[in-house]
Amino acid sequence: MISQAVLGEWYPVAMAALVDAAGRRTLLLGQEIRVFRDAGRIRVTADAGDLAVTERFGHVWACPGTPARALFTIPEADHPGRRLVDCGVVRVKCSPLRAVENFLDIAHFPFVHTDILGAEPHTEVNRYDVKIREEVDEVWATKVHFYQPQAAKSAEGGIVTEYMYRVPAPTASVLYKTCPAMPGEWDVIAIFVQPLTEELCDVWPWMALYDDVTPQAELIAFQQMIFLQDRSILENQIPRLLPLDPGMESPTQADLTSVAYRRWLKRRGLTYGAQMVAA
Amino acid sequence: MILYDYVLSASCYKVRLMAALLGVRLDHVAVDFHPGREHRGLAFRALNPAGTIPVLVDGDLVLTESTAMLVYLAHGTAWMGGDTAVAQAQVQGWLAFAARLGASLGMARLHDMLLYAADIAAVRRDGVACLRQMEAHLVERRFAGAIWLVGDGPSIADIACFPSVMLAPDGGVSLDDYPSVRLWTRAVRSLAGFIEMPGIHRLHELKPAPEAV
Repeated sequence: MISQAVLGEWYPVAMAALVDAAGRRTLLLGQEIRVFRDAGRIRVTADAGDLAVTERFGHVWACPGTPARALFTIPEADHPGRRLVDCGVVRVKCSPLRAVENFLDIAHFPFVHTDILGAEPHTEVNRYDVKIREEVDEVWATKVHFYQPQAAKSAEGGIVTEYMYRVPAPTASVLYKTCPAMPGEWDVIAIFVQPLTEELCDVWPWMALYDDVTPQAELIAFQQMIFLQDRSILENQIPRLLPLDPGMESPTQADLTSVAYRRWLKRRGLTYGAQMVAA
Repeated sequence: MILYDYVLSASCYKVRLMAALLGVRLDHVAVDFHPGREHRGLAFRALNPAGTIPVLVDGDLVLTESTAMLVYLAHGTAWMGGDTAVAQAQVQGWLAFAARLGASLGMARLHDMLLYAADIAAVRRDGVACLRQMEAHLVERRFAGAIWLVGDGPSIADIACFPSVMLAPDGGVSLDDYPSVRLWTRAVRSLAGFIEMPGIHRLHELKPAPEAV
């Protein structure tokens, strides 16, 4: 039995530009759905009828129950001069919540994204700020600094990159990072995760960048390279479901964002893909 | 030389890896294979009517088969696997075998990762048959005191087969049952000049960081 809290959230189900009349048959929270274009309008249907649909950030979002609130906003999506990049879908055999948690983690950069987002011996994650912003009910991590050999496609050589991380929905995360091409602005990179089942998800990376130079195919390739380096790690994480209660694990200072994310999920009852027994 | 390239393609990586091991510099043009399907578009088909990647261009020469690219890059070096009739024939056999790996393990990976349509049980079964054949061959090679597919040193045969094998877990096929295959993948990864791709990690514990290519 899936809780009302889980059913009342918005989930990505397709890249809007790729939806045609034939559409896409897929799963949402274990239930079969169809995403298709009907007289120019995108519809998402399940056995019980049409789901609430909204189209934003290049993707189609559906709510399987009664929407508890409007889809979150990313104001940068409307900034003139930014390039919006849809990166396509990658399927991962892992809990949708684990995909988000991995996106929030910095400590793995030198070991999984070696010579790109991190490099030994620069492995230390310095203290940063984490809080649940009650007014918007989102998890935020700020003042995250990390040494990166090649922080972005547009970066020349190593720089210390500043990050902010944000979780505005249970299966979506947005990060803001130093923009090599335009100091003072942030590049925005998000992952939108479609929970197919509790242990299988489709991940749709999306970006809003200041970069007028790099060809689209290279921007997509860079993001896919990073995400696919994570995929084999995610598929081997045990337990398969994300534990929300502390047990054998000993979180360190570097894991503060993950701790806040798990606490936030538990508090809101967003337990699809989570395990409630201490791990 | 220009390589029309896609970062997640095992066949493109084959050519990148061969060039890196030989110290040959390639210029890369990224192709929006996924989600853009640029390789199926008219502009790309003008370059390669088959609509496949990679494509290697060197002056007027346009190559569209990754194994042909390995031959072109490695010509005149020990990477050709020796010049006896037996050795050359065996290398050709493994280049053809690499196509079987791509159609089985490679297709399973595209199915599981990028949602390609495939009979997943059938392609995994074919992939396991390939791995069993390789394991049997490499066991015999180890009994003979060798580690590479052909001859005494690494050759284009090894490079042609390596990516699809190493990426098999991406398609839901484990390498746990093939210890000689796994030892062989370690041998490939410990070659001087080895480069990674997503899903294929360097031997962190053995190697200094490779030079960026």
